[in-house]
Amino acid sequence: MAARPELQAPPEIFYDQSEARKYTSSSRIIDIQAKLSERALELLALPDDGVPRLLLDIGCGSGLSGETLSENGHQWIGLDISEAMLDVAVEREVEGDLLLADMGQGLGFRAGVIDGAISISAVQWLCNADKSSHEPRLRLKAFFGSLYRSLARGARAVLQVYPQNVAQRELILGSAMRAGFAGGVVVDYPHSSKSRKEYLVLTCGPPSLNAAVPNAKGEDGMSCSEDDSSGDEENQTVTISDRNRPRKKRKLDKKSKGKDWVLRKKEQLRRKGSSVPADTKYTARKRKSRF
Amino acid sequence: MRLLTHNMLSSNIKGVTNGFPLKIEAEKVVEKEVDMNTDFLKNIFSKIEWKPFVEAAKTLGFSELPEDADSSLLDSHEFLTKFHHALLEIHLEEGALVCPETERKFPVSKGIPNMLLHEDEV
Repeated sequence: MAARPELQAPPEIFYDQSEARKYTSSSRIIDIQAKLSERALELLALPDDGVPRLLLDIGCGSGLSGETLSENGHQWIGLDISEAMLDVAVEREVEGDLLLADMGQGLGFRAGVIDGAISISAVQWLCNADKSSHEPRLRLKAFFGSLYRSLARGARAVLQVYPQNVAQRELILGSAMRAGFAGGVVVDYPHSSKSRKEYLVLTCGPPSLNAAVPNAKGEDGMSCSEDDSSGDEENQTVTISDRNRPRKKRKLDKKSKGKDWVLRKKEQLRRKGSSVPADTKYTARKRKSRF
Repeated sequence: MRLLTHNMLSSNIKGVTNGFPLKIEAEKVVEKEVDMNTDFLKNIFSKIEWKPFVEAAKTLGFSELPEDADSSLLDSHEFLTKFHHALLEIHLEEGALVCPETERKFPVSKGIPNMLLHEDEV
């Protein structure tokens, strides 16, 4: 497997003219991008009334994903950090508007105007610090915060991501949740290393019925959910308190009867006239632990 | 860039409280014909800030829009045609967008506004 592009160079440098060219000439890349964006649009679950919506394509690149949106009749605004990729998009005469912008600096849109957002293989770039001024946590916060503000209530954002590891996935998802989004991760083809795809399906606004995360696609096209076994999670009660229950109080406070106490008692008995063994170095000696 | 996008964009420079609307400095404007979709126009109408929209259209040389508009106008075909033309068919090709508070210029070239911020503006 080729090295991850995120590890090679910052996006505005990695996607230079030659790399951007690939995105128009390689039918394989075009095919994958089209499939991913179709699936993302499906997960977006826009109302089925035929009304075109205003969508956002974050990391639109050369506009391959936007083309899918146009085919479905929607208006879209795409943003990307790579000028070379946007130039290709202009050449291809995409129908949406393009912006040269960095999602980690926050999206400059008015509040509540966007009906939905998709992003294909872009958000994991935020986990990298490519400049000394970059702080992934803050950039993710700026991104998700501004995305949340610009989306209309109840609108969805579907972000297809390639997290490098579990920590990155948690970082991304955690930032989204802190920004106020509800939702989770949908994993398509979870058992295939090649076609495994992860989508963050986020819903803006208070959790409601339609905030339920849709089912993932399985190998055979059947829906399969990764957390089938734990489906009843909400009804189970996990007693965390058990683990933190304080141990039985040991009798630490009660002092053992020491040598002083023994000597005092012997003295008392001598005064009474009883026959008491003499005090020696063995008197009230501490026993060895192995006794 | 179409006026649809302009109407949604605001400046997100750090410390700017009201970055909307961005002023337009137009150098080159082009028109591209697009099919009209009345459903979309009716849907998006409620989200458009009308005053800045009319102002922006005037800057780009289209002044046939009414100063005030409400949803009752949406049944008029004449209005919809003008609305459609201004919203989706006029493109700002070269020029700049100017932040209303800081006067910072975002250059527009080949129809793409450069909204990248400098490090001290984040």
